[in-house]
Amino acid sequence: MALAGMFLMIFLIFHLATNLLMLAGDGGKAFSEAVTFLSESPLIKVMEYVLFAGFLIHILLGVILQLHNYRSRPVKYHTRLRSETSTFSRFMFHTGVIIFVFLVIHLINFFFIRLGWVPQPDYAAHKHDFYSVAVVLFKNPWYTAIYLVSFVFLGFHLKHAFQSSFQSLGLNHTKYTPAIKVIGTIYALGISVGFAIIPVYFLFFY
Amino acid sequence: MNFTLKIWRQKNANAKGSFQTYPLKDVSPEMSFLEMLDYLNNQLISQGKEPVTFEHDCREGICGSCGLYINGRPHGPQRSTTTCELHMRDFKDGETIVVEPWRSKAFPVIKDLIVDRSSFERIMHAGGFVNVNVGCAPESNSSPIGKLIADKVFDAAVCIGCGACVAACKNSSAMLYAAAKIAQYAMIPQGKVEAKERVDKMVKQMDTEGFGFCSNTYACEFDCPKGISTDFIALMNREFFSSKACKQKHA
Repeated sequence: MALAGMFLMIFLIFHLATNLLMLAGDGGKAFSEAVTFLSESPLIKVMEYVLFAGFLIHILLGVILQLHNYRSRPVKYHTRLRSETSTFSRFMFHTGVIIFVFLVIHLINFFFIRLGWVPQPDYAAHKHDFYSVAVVLFKNPWYTAIYLVSFVFLGFHLKHAFQSSFQSLGLNHTKYTPAIKVIGTIYALGISVGFAIIPVYFLFFY
Repeated sequence: MNFTLKIWRQKNANAKGSFQTYPLKDVSPEMSFLEMLDYLNNQLISQGKEPVTFEHDCREGICGSCGLYINGRPHGPQRSTTTCELHMRDFKDGETIVVEPWRSKAFPVIKDLIVDRSSFERIMHAGGFVNVNVGCAPESNSSPIGKLIADKVFDAAVCIGCGACVAACKNSSAMLYAAAKIAQYAMIPQGKVEAKERVDKMVKQMDTEGFGFCSNTYACEFDCPKGISTDFIALMNREFFSSKACKQKHA
């Protein structure tokens, strides 16, 4: 769970870095070049399968964890648990489900075009032209709203996930754990805000 | 003080239980929560009714038997307090107090508010001990232990095995209990000898008992009457992984 999650968190950094090239102001030239380069790199081709495995393991383990934990308390409490815990930690499965739904929408919007599962729209110059696809997609306020809401929940998920993954792997230290918690908050905020800038930019400023 | 008590009543392990409501008048604010239940039981007995069954022993917060789930919190609204150390002054006059037993697959209800916590005992039997040759007590200075480590070990060893960690956890996970019991040996020379074997066996037993998996909500630490830190869970995870990674095959 933690290892797969950590791998996905590293992936998000690369994903965001590539996406931010869209804001270069060159009509998507730098971004498209990066996408074409990445999709033709043999390393990335291998990593795509690893990434798929990472998502699969993380999602499957999450579902197994949730089912097992649900069954561990066959008779529920009458009064809701009032122990003080971080809010996000209690809703990891729920935020996870929202992110999964978003992931499916997101794959249909972009990745499946490259695979040829979704027909290439007329406005896309070629199957790697995600820039044109993004421009059209985010001009639609509904899609922008779906993406923004998903990023908020992604942020909630990551806020707990970052420090939790260290704890699960036993990487805990009186000296470094407070720093890990701070970095986790910055990371969660950075990822969700970073991704959110792109649809907002296309909707209002493009 | 006057209270309305809503208490879980269940005849035996197989019976279907339900909540019963008892109005209780003239409760002294200085009564402990258990004394308040004694007071209620005296009234029930004089009315010819079955008294409420609950577990208790030392009534000074060290035996770990008096766990009750009160108004959504194991051991009630006060932190670092067992149910027996909780006082009625901590509640508002006229309040409705809901009392439930611990809820977990691994803690089946025996009667009313008493649960069977022998799953905890079986985790200890699996490896929560140190094998030594019997005889005279060894000279204490022959195995020096730093003050910092000694204090940390004591912080883990204060666990009274009450089960509040399981009760407080949304996953009903026993990780804090197992971690405390593993950590109290893992950091000192006497316990290090069998550390890898111990963590392996105890974690295996914990999983067999049907406790949930940890998702690091840290509710256990918040509601532990002894304030045991979830740092010990990380220590147990560390011990567990190193045990798995370095496990030698038997010849």
